[in-house]
Amino acid sequence: MIATDILEDAALTLMEKAAIEIPDDYLSGLKQAASVEDGDLSSFVLQAMLENYEVAKADRRAMCADTGVPRWFVKFGNEARIDGGPVALEAALRRATARATHDLPLRPNRVHPLWRTDHDNNVGINAPEIEYSFEPDGDWIDITAVHKGGLFGTDYRMLFPGDGIDGIKRFYLDTLVAFGKRGLACQPAIIGIGLGGSKDVSMTLGKQAACLRTVGDRNPDEKIAALEEEFIDLGNSIGMGAMGFVGKSMVVDCHIEVGYCHTGGMPISVHAFCLSSRRATARIGADGSVEYRTDPQWFTPYMRRERVEWQSAPENSKAFA
Amino acid sequence: MAERAGKLKSLRLGTKPTREELAALEIGNVVYLDGVVYTGREGVYQRAVEEGEPLPADLKALSHVNFHCSPAASINDDGTFNLAAVTATASFRFSKWMARWFELSGAKIIIGKGGMTAEDYKSVFVPNGAVYLTTVGYGTGALLGRGVSHVRDVFWKDELGIAQAIWVLEVENFGPFIVESDMGGNSLFERENAKIAANLDKVYEGTRPAILHRYGESDDRSDEVI
Repeated sequence: MIATDILEDAALTLMEKAAIEIPDDYLSGLKQAASVEDGDLSSFVLQAMLENYEVAKADRRAMCADTGVPRWFVKFGNEARIDGGPVALEAALRRATARATHDLPLRPNRVHPLWRTDHDNNVGINAPEIEYSFEPDGDWIDITAVHKGGLFGTDYRMLFPGDGIDGIKRFYLDTLVAFGKRGLACQPAIIGIGLGGSKDVSMTLGKQAACLRTVGDRNPDEKIAALEEEFIDLGNSIGMGAMGFVGKSMVVDCHIEVGYCHTGGMPISVHAFCLSSRRATARIGADGSVEYRTDPQWFTPYMRRERVEWQSAPENSKAFA
Repeated sequence: MAERAGKLKSLRLGTKPTREELAALEIGNVVYLDGVVYTGREGVYQRAVEEGEPLPADLKALSHVNFHCSPAASINDDGTFNLAAVTATASFRFSKWMARWFELSGAKIIIGKGGMTAEDYKSVFVPNGAVYLTTVGYGTGALLGRGVSHVRDVFWKDELGIAQAIWVLEVENFGPFIVESDMGGNSLFERENAKIAANLDKVYEGTRPAILHRYGESDDRSDEVI
């Protein structure tokens, strides 16, 4: 039985880690981009960002003051039990969000869409979002905090089978160029593509692909993995770098997630996780232990299962054991 | 005082700069500020420009620098402030209020994210002798936070909330910013867009428009979303 005060304390720490510490995988990817960038303006921007990460860590300040709309991703091991149940977990996450907003501080971005009411704590109707997934055999809970900006860099479109891979490429380019100009997407970014599913799931998969997979991670489907790599090069061939200045660093990585969709359609979403790609994960064990990491390990073989029944784990699931 | 930042020219500027100092700025220069800046975004503009509410202080006397941002900040029970990081918000959404705002505030430098259109600069900024500085990244929230030495005041926090209030910040070596628009109303972003657009046809080669069109959609690659 996992106590909710442990969950709340871990969640508070996650809000802080996500806001302040740039994940190593993204940092390595950005350093690589900076090493080949030859645009004068773009290079200056990347050097300033690299310095900014150091200052954030040294001063324990948020790396970006637009701490976006803080949100949560929760993965339950099938055997995990929480003292007070899921309702107590949600209460703990809402309390941690409010406490972090005041104590760190985060920017209190969350307002009512019409009345613009701001509780100054990033909590309100349907906020923060909490998304769930499940995993066989575990007695732990993984909690991931993500601070993601909420205004630009994302788009959705209903494509059709006849649009083909070229249609996907074109929409990908459209989104990158549209929001890359003036740097509205805060690139170089981790680009997430949600392909298929129903319309809402297409959006959700794209967001999760951007925020919950690490730089260098490839989709287990080899053809999709090849497409991811092709799209990295395609994005970096636009001729645009940081802030929309002339350059070659637009995409640090590209992650594609798929879901089965309507036979007549091929919905797609594109999301950009920005120069402050902020995520942090904790595994809370049944014994109350808390282990922090930066890889959410969200897309497991179980998450990507294709058949009616979940069979014994295939080969490529051993990394998640 | 000009130095180099990478291959770019870098200089420091006060927050009540003279017309000559502003005229010396060229697009693509890097700027750091010393003095006082105040934040103001849609909440402030709606209240001051549309509702005609008198400004809560003599901004003109305080500073000539209006920052489109809200800090990651909180207010303690004893009324003191806790400000960690500062990052700009996208400015193009505010262009309709700028003409009147320049009259009310006397601002000469607008800092923000992403700039406005060259048309806005030429029709509104140039007649008011104002320039636009863009934040870098975006954004260097921690670097900018380190450049804030003191929070002098927060106005309209009860009316607008922490994110939309006017924060008056004392700053030192506050930056970096890049000159996006100069006194001639030229735009660095639009100059860069034009260079990049020349390559786009090649990048798009082989792709066709989507089967299902969007009403109002354009394939003009020089278009912008602002």
